[in-house]
Amino acid sequence: MDLPALGNCVTSLSCIITQSTSGLIIGMLLFLVAAGVSLIFGVLKVVNFAHGSFYMLGAYLTLTVYGVTGSFLLAVVAAAIGVGLFGLLFERLIISRVYGSQVLMQLLVCYGVILILDDLVKIIWGAEFRSLGMPDVFLKPPFLFGGGVVPVYYLFLIVLTLIIAVLLGLAITKTRLGKIVRAVAVNPGMVSALGINTGLVYAGVFLLGGMLAGLAGALAAPVRSIVSGMGLSVVVESFIVTVIGGMGSVAGALVGSLLIGLVRSFGTIGFPLFTEGLMFLLMAVVLVLKPSGLFGRET
Amino acid sequence: MMKSSFLRDCLIALAAFAILAVLPFVYPSRGMSDFVIRLAAFGIFATSLNLLVGYAGLESFGHGLFFGLGAYTFALTMQKLGTSIPVAFALTILLSVVVACVVGAICVRLKEIYFAFLTLAFQMLLHSLIIAWTPLTGGDQGLTGGVPRPPFLGIRLDQPYHLYLFCGGLLVLCLLLMRHIVQSPFGYTLRMIRDNPARATFLGVQVWRMRLAAFVIAGAFGSIGGMVMSLFVSGAFPDFAYWTISGEAIFMIMLGGTTVFFGPLAGAIMLLMLNDAVTKLTEHYGLVLGIIILMFALGLRKGFMDYLAEWWRGRQMSSVAAPAATQARPLPAQPVKVAGE
Repeated sequence: MDLPALGNCVTSLSCIITQSTSGLIIGMLLFLVAAGVSLIFGVLKVVNFAHGSFYMLGAYLTLTVYGVTGSFLLAVVAAAIGVGLFGLLFERLIISRVYGSQVLMQLLVCYGVILILDDLVKIIWGAEFRSLGMPDVFLKPPFLFGGGVVPVYYLFLIVLTLIIAVLLGLAITKTRLGKIVRAVAVNPGMVSALGINTGLVYAGVFLLGGMLAGLAGALAAPVRSIVSGMGLSVVVESFIVTVIGGMGSVAGALVGSLLIGLVRSFGTIGFPLFTEGLMFLLMAVVLVLKPSGLFGRET
Repeated sequence: MMKSSFLRDCLIALAAFAILAVLPFVYPSRGMSDFVIRLAAFGIFATSLNLLVGYAGLESFGHGLFFGLGAYTFALTMQKLGTSIPVAFALTILLSVVVACVVGAICVRLKEIYFAFLTLAFQMLLHSLIIAWTPLTGGDQGLTGGVPRPPFLGIRLDQPYHLYLFCGGLLVLCLLLMRHIVQSPFGYTLRMIRDNPARATFLGVQVWRMRLAAFVIAGAFGSIGGMVMSLFVSGAFPDFAYWTISGEAIFMIMLGGTTVFFGPLAGAIMLLMLNDAVTKLTEHYGLVLGIIILMFALGLRKGFMDYLAEWWRGRQMSSVAAPAATQARPLPAQPVKVAGE
């Protein structure tokens, strides 16, 4: 524990800005994954434990496409679409076969898929840590706010993910498609009786969740090291986020992710050994005070 | 009735122990005795997980917490405090019980998926603590330097045969104790809670208290599995607390069958043999294991002993009723072979 360092940090503006932006980065990337986990759980009542592997696939796809074409934009789009399609296949071929069975059976299936993907990634891209490096577009002098240094890429990432968050929230609450998705979450039998193909909705939710996870992996590639098995901590954190924010709520996922991001970035200064512990503590507090999550409806 | 069945179980346990004791003289092989020791660790661990999953209906995804906790606490007590082995055992079990009380008190009231992930979260917490607290635990290199094995009560664990017999004996003893627990009124209360918690509450059972008791008992036995592992490898490694340990244990009990007491043990035998075979053939262990898991989960869906029990019940039914009324499903020759795509 290093409370004096934390005290020094929160009294200096530059440190607050630097840590807040790094917390926002962690939080916004986490949001993209957690939103998918939360949506899938809200609609299908299945926790997609393999969602972290989607994120990993996104990062590796970006690595390859960027290496071949040299265009970061193309790489990001390819990762989102590629992982989205993978999510679709995963739902149709594998996870749809264990709907309604024991939770452990669903987790076991995901465990199998994670093992396969982690090993496949090692075979294709090698076992060592890889990194993408910052794309040329973003190699510009960083912004300075009150003494704190904010790289251009960070600002781009935060703005882009915020736009996605707003669009996603609007799509769920305002559009007809969003209404169908919310209805399927509440009563799939009734929705299906009204002539809507619920199987298609399930597949669509996985497609969307996969695209978001692939996008998260792609956007994380320039700032994180890429390695087989990188998805696990992300999926566990996503679950913490959905517990804190409330299952199935986009706003909850956003608030939960930002909270976790800030806890992580300030936690590494104040409690370097216990950063993960702080997240679990936060989750335990929320579970005790409001079991359905900050934005969840009582069930 | 109760008493005579316990006596029968004791006799079976004694017979099993006698067979284990004689085995190395009939078939002297280092590989065999190592296998039995690993089986002791994973057999105890998987069966303790099944106390939760199969009997109490608590689907824990973080049972490896206790495996890692047991291994590290035992190894650290032996290394730093220099106590005798029984004292270290007792201390480790005590600590596991305390941890299980705290974790269980938070977790057992939650709905199934929350329970599964919260237990996993606690396991990840232990894993990250082990990695971060390098001065004490050796970080990601693991706790090396060996675990001392001072003799006690004439048992010298530095000799291979003594170690083998000690671990084998622990396996038999723990299975006997757990068998006794699931056959006791407490065990039947757990089954009732699993099948119908509302009815159990109605009958005056304090559901969460019983679940907590099951969680604590399972945690204590789980830590014994970790201790055996730590004795075997003479150290402790972060992998013992990693989530894959929980995943493997879940696969073991699913593979062997959750509805039969010896299912997890059968699953542990099958998975350990599979491990040995696969690691001999290929370095892509995860790939092969993952494919086998998928074939099992999407094709077979039930464990080996579940099929065996069904077949047995079907046979008994058919011997009572008309032979044509049999519902028994054919037993697959090898449980992992069928891929029912």
